[in-house]
Amino acid sequence: MNPVVLPRSLFIALGLLLALALLFSLALGPVSLPWLDTLKATLRVFGAPLGGAELDQAELIIGQIRMPRTLLGLAVGAVLALSGVAMQGLFRNPLADPGLVGVSSGAALGAAMAIVGGAWLGGLPDAIAPYLLSACAFAGGLVVTALVYRLGSRNGQTSVSTMLLAGIALTALAGAVIGLFTYLADDATLRTLTFWNLGSLNGASYSRLWPLLVVTLAVGLWLPKRAKALNALLLGESEARHLGFEVERVKRELVFCTALGVGAAVAAAGMIGFIGLVVPHLVRLLVGPDHRVLLPASALAGAALLLFADVLARMVLAPAELPIGIVTALIGAPFFLYLLLRGRA
Amino acid sequence: MLCAENLAVQRGSKLVLSGINLTLQPGEVLGVLGPNGAGKSTLLDALSGELKPSEGQVTLEGKPLSAWVGPERAQRLAILPQTSTLNFAFRVEDVVGMGRLPHATGRVRDQAIIAEALAAADAAHLAGRNYLELSGGERQRVHLARVLAQLWPGARGQTLLLDEPTSMLDPLHQHTTLQATRTIAASGVAVLVILHDLNLAARYCDRLLLLQGGRPHALGTPYEVLQAEPLQAVFDLEVLVQHHPERGHPLIIAR
Repeated sequence: MNPVVLPRSLFIALGLLLALALLFSLALGPVSLPWLDTLKATLRVFGAPLGGAELDQAELIIGQIRMPRTLLGLAVGAVLALSGVAMQGLFRNPLADPGLVGVSSGAALGAAMAIVGGAWLGGLPDAIAPYLLSACAFAGGLVVTALVYRLGSRNGQTSVSTMLLAGIALTALAGAVIGLFTYLADDATLRTLTFWNLGSLNGASYSRLWPLLVVTLAVGLWLPKRAKALNALLLGESEARHLGFEVERVKRELVFCTALGVGAAVAAAGMIGFIGLVVPHLVRLLVGPDHRVLLPASALAGAALLLFADVLARMVLAPAELPIGIVTALIGAPFFLYLLLRGRA
Repeated sequence: MLCAENLAVQRGSKLVLSGINLTLQPGEVLGVLGPNGAGKSTLLDALSGELKPSEGQVTLEGKPLSAWVGPERAQRLAILPQTSTLNFAFRVEDVVGMGRLPHATGRVRDQAIIAEALAAADAAHLAGRNYLELSGGERQRVHLARVLAQLWPGARGQTLLLDEPTSMLDPLHQHTTLQATRTIAASGVAVLVILHDLNLAARYCDRLLLLQGGRPHALGTPYEVLQAEPLQAVFDLEVLVQHHPERGHPLIIAR
């Protein structure tokens, strides 16, 4: 398939799409705000002296609830899409996904341990609970990634297929332990665990947000520096070496980046699947596989897609909320199957 | 100049390559022949630094291969593998353009080089196509263009290693491919090419290395190496050696 659109047109389109997604995410919800009020109140949250007392409620809703939620969605979507691109480049397989190598499940297991452990200890003080959860999720993701990487390495060489298989095994193991926790948990713990397993942007707070923002920024700035190496890696590892790249170092950096990104995303919003798979795929269909375009475009598209999915999640059953992981899986799984079928044809 | 001194490679406890002393001369095409499992690809892996030799060493321009900085080495040494695992829908010229990654010659110059390299590999008409839609032979030519672009326009001090570049090609393109390697050799590049076709080797190579069981059985000009006795000994194949009626190089006919 030849690139359908020029990179510049794609970036303009994605920029507009993301702006629209941001507006939707700030305006829509159980209490839907008029578009103009949304804009004004958002500017007021950032300190612009606009409007009068009639905007107070909008400012409160946006500043306290929807702004952190929107930023969370933005960062989670971008970092998951970036991690997906990195994984697919690393495994030289367009169907690889951070969920596949166990990073997500490892992070979820870490979070589950924090939740259950906290419940056993009779509840943690509110001041440290969110940080502990984040740290545990991140540690879980990193441990599983390190383990997968270690299992896949022999004599300084990494075997991609062994890493994939190890990832599948560790995903199953983490799933079993989480299942055990679920089985043993009391009602309150169960709710929290479910929330984590299905993913949600609900209850976003600035304290949960900022570690993720830092990670997203770091990953988003660092990965494009390795765009050429990722392109060369698609040829094969020895080919990339013959083109002058330090393949083992690049691979280590990619694994670390993915663990960091996915770990932070899961810590902040739970397990949200398929963004890392669907988004890079769509972008590749439009502009081809060149990572110099693919990486930034996927970050924009991932952020936009996740925000739209979140708007959907809170509108469909309003005032109740659907976990966003269900929405992304409902969209992503059929898409994945479609890709498999198309690949076979 | 790529030099192998007393090179040996061990896999487990088995010695798969030994006693290799080889200097690739500027402007020369050296053919490597031998039956399956004779160690041809192992030799190429050792010469390109992919395999660590258990004995001896490989030097590029007098400096051990491992002492080179990646891009600087890549500007002097290009390798065409037997098959490629590329599974992404790059355009043909993007694949060839990867050969320019170690260089910083700028977009305009790179595009000119990509076009010239594609033409040299007789693949200019494939420009603009999706790599995944090409046939095996067309892909092989695109990768040839990629490694040609990596060394383009070719100079003394550069080395090109090719692992069975003609394995998937039709008869015409077997010749165009080897002609392209002759052309780049004429600019001073030292070329090593693994071949199976004895007559192609006779026509396009200046020197031939005959491998058997990981050891060099013969090294010399096509006239010296392509004789009934060594071929019988290495390939266990009875052959008649004639002369090409027009070109005079040895012509090998199985009996």
